[in-house]
Amino acid sequence: MNSFSYARPSDISMAVGELVTHEGAKFIAGGTNLLDLMKENVEQPNRLVDINRLELSAIEDIEDGGLRLGALLTNADTAYHPVVESRYPLLSRAILAGASAQLRNMATNGGNLFQRTRCYYFYDLATPCNKREPGSGCGALNGYNRIHAILGTSDQQPETTCIATHPSDLCVALSALDAVVRVTGPKGERTIPFADFHRLPGDEPWRDNTIQSGELVTAIDLPAKGFSDYYAYIKIRDRQSYAFALVSVAVGLEIEDNRITDARIALGGVAHKPWRKPEAEAMLVGQMLSEANFLSVAEALLAGAKGYGHNTFKIELAKRAIVRALKQAAKLEPAS
Amino acid sequence: MTPYIGKPINRVDGVAKVTGKAKYAAEYKAADLAHGWVISSSIAKGKVTRIDAEAALQLPGVIQVFSHENRPSLAWFDMSYKDQDAPPGSPFRPLRDATVKYSGQPVALVVAETLELARYAASLIRIEYEEEEHETALEHNLHRAREPKSGVATLLKPPPPKPRGDFEKDFRAAAVQVSGTYVHSAEHHNPMEMFATTVVYEKNNKLTIYDKTQGAPNSQLYVSQVFGIPFKDVRVISPYVGGGFGAGLRPQYQLFLAVLAARELKRSIRVSLTRQQMFTFGHRPACVQQVSLGASAEGKLEAIRHDAVGETSQFEDYTEIVVNWAGMLYPAQNVTLTYNLVPLDVYTPIDMRAPGGVTGLSALECAIDELAYKAGLDPVEFRLKNYTERDMNEDLPYSSKELRECFRQGAERFGWANRTPEPRSMRNGHTLVGWGMATGIWESMHMPARAEAVLTVNGKLRVSSATADIGTGTYTIMTQIAADTLGMPIEDVIFRLGDTDMPLAPIQGGSWTAATVGSAVKVACEDLGKKLFKMAQKMKQSPFADVKLDEIVFENAHIRLKADPSVAVSLLDIVGTNGGRAVSETSTSLPNMLEQRKYARAVHSAVFVEVEVDEDFGTVRVTRAVTAVAGGRILNPKTARSQIIGGMVWGISKGLEEESVMDHQFGRFMNHSLAEYHVPVNADIQDLDVIFVEETDTIVNPLGVKGLGEIGIVGMPAAIANAVFHATGKRIRSLPITLDKLL
Ligand SMILES: Cc1cc2nc3c(=O)[nH]c(=O)nc-3n(C[C@H](O)[C@H](O)[C@H](O)COP(=O)(O)OP(=O)(O)OC[C@H]3O[C@@H](n4cnc5c(N)ncnc54)[C@H](O)[C@@H]3O)c2cc1C
Ligand code: SF4
Repeated sequence: MNSFSYARPSDISMAVGELVTHEGAKFIAGGTNLLDLMKENVEQPNRLVDINRLELSAIEDIEDGGLRLGALLTNADTAYHPVVESRYPLLSRAILAGASAQLRNMATNGGNLFQRTRCYYFYDLATPCNKREPGSGCGALNGYNRIHAILGTSDQQPETTCIATHPSDLCVALSALDAVVRVTGPKGERTIPFADFHRLPGDEPWRDNTIQSGELVTAIDLPAKGFSDYYAYIKIRDRQSYAFALVSVAVGLEIEDNRITDARIALGGVAHKPWRKPEAEAMLVGQMLSEANFLSVAEALLAGAKGYGHNTFKIELAKRAIVRALKQAAKLEPAS
Repeated sequence: MTPYIGKPINRVDGVAKVTGKAKYAAEYKAADLAHGWVISSSIAKGKVTRIDAEAALQLPGVIQVFSHENRPSLAWFDMSYKDQDAPPGSPFRPLRDATVKYSGQPVALVVAETLELARYAASLIRIEYEEEEHETALEHNLHRAREPKSGVATLLKPPPPKPRGDFEKDFRAAAVQVSGTYVHSAEHHNPMEMFATTVVYEKNNKLTIYDKTQGAPNSQLYVSQVFGIPFKDVRVISPYVGGGFGAGLRPQYQLFLAVLAARELKRSIRVSLTRQQMFTFGHRPACVQQVSLGASAEGKLEAIRHDAVGETSQFEDYTEIVVNWAGMLYPAQNVTLTYNLVPLDVYTPIDMRAPGGVTGLSALECAIDELAYKAGLDPVEFRLKNYTERDMNEDLPYSSKELRECFRQGAERFGWANRTPEPRSMRNGHTLVGWGMATGIWESMHMPARAEAVLTVNGKLRVSSATADIGTGTYTIMTQIAADTLGMPIEDVIFRLGDTDMPLAPIQGGSWTAATVGSAVKVACEDLGKKLFKMAQKMKQSPFADVKLDEIVFENAHIRLKADPSVAVSLLDIVGTNGGRAVSETSTSLPNMLEQRKYARAVHSAVFVEVEVDEDFGTVRVTRAVTAVAGGRILNPKTARSQIIGGMVWGISKGLEEESVMDHQFGRFMNHSLAEYHVPVNADIQDLDVIFVEETDTIVNPLGVKGLGEIGIVGMPAAIANAVFHATGKRIRSLPITLDKLL
């Protein structure tokens, strides 16, 4: 861990200003990810800008019937909020499938978006990693890649290869819900559709998302449609709790007269960002609730998937998880 | 009469532990304390060619950077570096030279005024290496397997017995046969407390060392020999250990580094390892096993072959008992057991809970299940049919063996009779339910030990021995034994341990502490009792003047006449005649070898497990488990049960979750954090039940106890694998059984 200075601004513009005036400064919220990364010297910010004094913990209704989640609201307070529980139960379930009670009490919604990959090599300075040290190579490609991606990877050029996943559960649900991220930066405010917030590694695997330097996430907006009648979140992991997803699936359906009128499917644990494929989802619209239909959507979602040895099992696992989640969401079988 | 032994007495150290009063090695302070930070090698094999510490040394508050370049000259011979648990070979010497022998090896120690500074300074140090090709994959190097070298350590870990009968011939002719290869990777102990040492540099140049260890005398021996310091100038103290599981059986490198720095700088030093560094020393070795069994059509086991190949380092031959168990559990006539090693570029493995036992039984008991299926017999019935009252390796009878009763009571509690034997026959929606069982065995050992018993002037009994309590309950059961032996109320008894100023005891391992130190405590208290009785006889108008020792009892802090309990003298009055001084006695307990060697001595168990497997996802949960243990006399059912439950939880861990994954590109364990090195969380643990079966043993040791530290884990992984087979029809021979293996 390096030495760093510390600031605790009391309003948003001061917070943003801190990052503008101090190159190498970073925001800190719950600290559950950043401090670990600092202890391992993966990140070495020279200044920590503690944003916990900012008033960003509200949860409030917005126009169009949506809901705004403050960036500093904790994961626990979000998941157990009665409005979230009733209107966005998918989000609740996804959050509660993540981390542990202690972590969820500290972790903030804003911080969760920025949590970094759990790739073993990313965390270990003795090994190469393009994400941590651009151009150094990817230790995981031919190494222990059990938790790694099968979709949207970058594996052609040694110096830009990255097969890491985004490890969040919360983000998988936000992706399915078409959330919108609100940010304030040196150039003012803007909104980012969730699908554009995280990125695939491409030829810049060191960039996890599309945020610009100095930008602060202030809130996450949920559109009115919450899929509270037909939804499912399935998380498959190596133990019952306190483990990241090998594969997770968030499903939201709208159903009328036994036919699907709208469908959202987001996958976690399989790519550098929550994985959506609108064409695949569209296949379900107008269809009956049948296992055969669900299976073809699963195939479509996984089209082009590629295993790297230790993680090849995820391809089949993901398909099965999608089918199960769709059946649960459609109430063809009870939630697990 | 024993008011305390056999009762579920609460842990006497419980309150201190949960209120933070119990202090661990890294929590001791000293006025001049400096802090060390270890730098670990990033390569698995080669040489350090350059250490650039300039930037670090320029930071105000950084005191020194130690490496092979400035290490003072120390003991020359390997002999001096051998601790009590050193396997044959040449022990690793930290900072000895530029050679790197394994990934994570300590290559430098930064010492600074604060921990934070030492840690930051360490990040500024640039180390260059010249890499050589390494070999870390056991399975790719099986052709290099060879017999282990023998040495002192082999006394406790005998090599496999010579072959009996003719395995080949009998196996070929057997009506029913099974054969399979079983593998598991390395595992690391990961006790909650990190390895740490605080060396207090005393004014007279003596060292007081607070060390995390399973044997303070072992650390003392090591420091004294390596640094050439007389025993009397090194005191090692270790009253509490935040888990050991075997990792503390040998001094770890932070002890060496802390002492080195303290002596060079002539000030107090603390060195504590990080969680990542907890993966840079001994571990349970990866192992590849081959088991072949042959039985008659009626299910009589006739031929056994069990071959194991374990990994070790390039410098020491660590061994464990993996294959001998077959000959102890089953009466087959044609038995071949072999055990070999492959040296790799890793650190020397070290005992980890039930070393070898859980490894060997995880394969053997799985193969037995498979054989029972092939023979068309229920797994319990098969084991009863192949029961032995003798250890066939040594051809000796067991001093006691109530395993039959374990099968009976365990099966009954579990409801085994309701099992439908057909795989996949117990389903509930997507959930496949499976019931499996296995046998467990572990040797009951008894070592020499010493203890001191003191009756203080205010009538309290103070007993001590330089043993350890790694969470097993030693403090509590020793207090119970002392209280009962001298007839004292338990509140007036205090037992202390973990200090080299106390009488010598062996390192705490192998499940021998209860028997070993318990016997020493008993003898010391008996001897103290005799002394007090003699003093009582000399008191004025003593009612015991003409009474013999066997005519009195020690009861409620008094000596009483058996024939007339109203005739009594209090211990307080007796000690009062000693001129204001306490009365003490130090005694040694030695195993009765002459008698013991006529018998095989072991603790047994039967384990029954229910699993639920999601048929689409391959996820496995252990929903229920019953372990029935024949463990001799149970000193404290509460601590005993905790031991067994802890073992069962670890069995679930080993069966389903736990492994240290080595990336052979780098020769490095990659999942070195508790987020990625999986052990069970609360949600993984459901209904665990323990039965202690009545068992009387007058041979095993004077207390009739058998150690319980290892027996809880040994049978669990096999029982889980067998239940998974019953649930799914799939035989998984590679642990842990992660979901991908069942897809
Ligand atoms: C052992 C373990 C297990 C876990 N398991 C799971 C799991 O199963 N599922 C899951 O989803 N998560 C899991 N997590 C991750 C956890 O959810 C995240 O660490 C947490 O959400 C991060 O939030 P934080 O507030 O603590 O972020 P911090 O650690 O404070 O910050 C993380 C990053 O976000 C930036 N940041 C924070 N807030 C803002 C903001 N408002 N605007 C701009 N930048 C910001 C910081 O600069 C920093 O770079 C686990 C974590 C641990 C340690
Ligand atoms: S997968 Fe990505 S994060 Fe992991 S080692 Fe490769 S480049 Fe680094």
